[in-house]
Amino acid sequence: MGFISRGFRGRPKVEAEAGRVPPGQYVTRDFPVLSAGPTPNIPLDKWRFTVSGQVDKPLAWSWQELMALPAEDVTVDIHCVTKWTKLDTAWKGVSVDTLLKDVPTAAEFVMAHSYGGYTTNLPLEDVTGGKAWVAYAFGGEPLEPEHGGPARLLVPHLYFWKSAKWVSGLELRDEDEPGFWEGYGYNNYGDPWREQRYAGD
Amino acid sequence: MTSDNHVDGNAMGGFLMDAFGREMTDARGGCASCGSEHVMAELVVYRSGPGDVLRCPSCTAVLMVATPLPSGPRIYFSSLRWLAPKERA
Amino acid sequence: MARAAVRGRLTWQVADLVDRIDETPQVRSLVLDVPDWPGHQPGQHVDVRLTADDGYQAERSYSIATPADDNRVTITVERIDDGEVSPYLVDELHVGDKLELRGPIGGYFVWQPGDGGPLFLAAGGSGLVPLMAMVRARIGGGGHVPVRLLVSSRSPDEAIYAGELGTIATDQAGVEVIQTFTRAQPPGWTGYRRRVDREMLAEVAWPATDRPRCYVCGPTGFVEAVANSLVELGHKPQDIRTERFGPTGG
Repeated sequence: MGFISRGFRGRPKVEAEAGRVPPGQYVTRDFPVLSAGPTPNIPLDKWRFTVSGQVDKPLAWSWQELMALPAEDVTVDIHCVTKWTKLDTAWKGVSVDTLLKDVPTAAEFVMAHSYGGYTTNLPLEDVTGGKAWVAYAFGGEPLEPEHGGPARLLVPHLYFWKSAKWVSGLELRDEDEPGFWEGYGYNNYGDPWREQRYAGD
Repeated sequence: MTSDNHVDGNAMGGFLMDAFGREMTDARGGCASCGSEHVMAELVVYRSGPGDVLRCPSCTAVLMVATPLPSGPRIYFSSLRWLAPKERA
Repeated sequence: MARAAVRGRLTWQVADLVDRIDETPQVRSLVLDVPDWPGHQPGQHVDVRLTADDGYQAERSYSIATPADDNRVTITVERIDDGEVSPYLVDELHVGDKLELRGPIGGYFVWQPGDGGPLFLAAGGSGLVPLMAMVRARIGGGGHVPVRLLVSSRSPDEAIYAGELGTIATDQAGVEVIQTFTRAQPPGWTGYRRRVDREMLAEVAWPATDRPRCYVCGPTGFVEAVANSLVELGHKPQDIRTERFGPTGG
């Protein structure tokens, strides 16, 4: 190794139980704000969440309709591909299972779309079976715009770029196609426990 | 843009110099999406973590994305149609 | 050869810290001796890299505060609370320590006296650093270009280079310094006490008909508000060069 900066300690070490932190990750107490574009400003009376694509009939919910659906409080660990992990984050949201409950489909994949144009792709089975939510509250407070509010997708078992901020809908697809980061060098699936960060991992 | 969570192409100066082997903040480029022309220093840059997204100041189209891959930094070209480094004396 | 010169600028070099200057309680200037420094232009910056003994690295960019002076490169660093790099640079690095850097970097946000004027410089907080390099170049034998420097600081305690700018304002014909304090003002202050706005720029900046070269540096919100106001006042966008440091309050 080359030059070492005397006395530079890097990030403070936060302890965690064995087995909680995926390989290559470090635990942080911060919640970094990172985006690929400007924070969209979506008035709640214009907000919609749609399910489209390989469905008999596209569905849409307004904000009021989303609020009327049964919601869950979930506490999960989240893992960013840039190596930070945040433990025990508390969210409130509607399970994607609830939204897809009356949507027969043979589709195997989804593309999540966001206000502002961001996309990310996932297998349908990774957003169903209790694995994903449309989350609108964090830490007991309404989700702030800089963290994806009014609502974002929450898929904690995959790297956090899959938890699309400012989510506007899920497009069900027969064929898989890469979303934003998947098209810019990142892994198509993104399992933190197998350290699938980059394409080819 | 109302949010201020971005910087500009000046912040990418070192990365661009690495990638192109010369000073690039004063290189001019053309946007395929809206046809406007800008110097690299004036691009709207989101340092988003997985990568840096360089957007057109006129229409917000993604011009380039700089990703720090394990094999080394890579620039993906999206809506950047042309690039012209500045002539030097 | 040109190629070797660029390779030099791209290569990480180890510099020695030869002096530290306290500018404000949160801001310190680091005077570095860089063995193979090729020289630089006012407005350029360096990338600084820190490496911990476990191999973890962090990189940041810092504007050079002084005009070219052989192997001497001075950067001015503001300590950001909870920052990863700035607390180390401001608090931990001692004279005699070494720092890895590369540069100089930048070909657009630069000004040399030969580029002409008049010059209008607008600084928000630590955005003053690269503009100070331009002012120092102008004063240190750089001709007679008329300069107006508008500095926005939160309070007198946070005004970087205040003493030097006070002297410049008094002694240097052709270089004017206008300060606005946005949160707290010195006793008896009769100057501006608000954020830079279009009305202030109309009073302070050269008229658009003078075709001044404008440089604006600081937090992103500050830079965009000032640049937009200058355009509204008739300045041509191509006469305005900007450098954004990121979100306010970082």
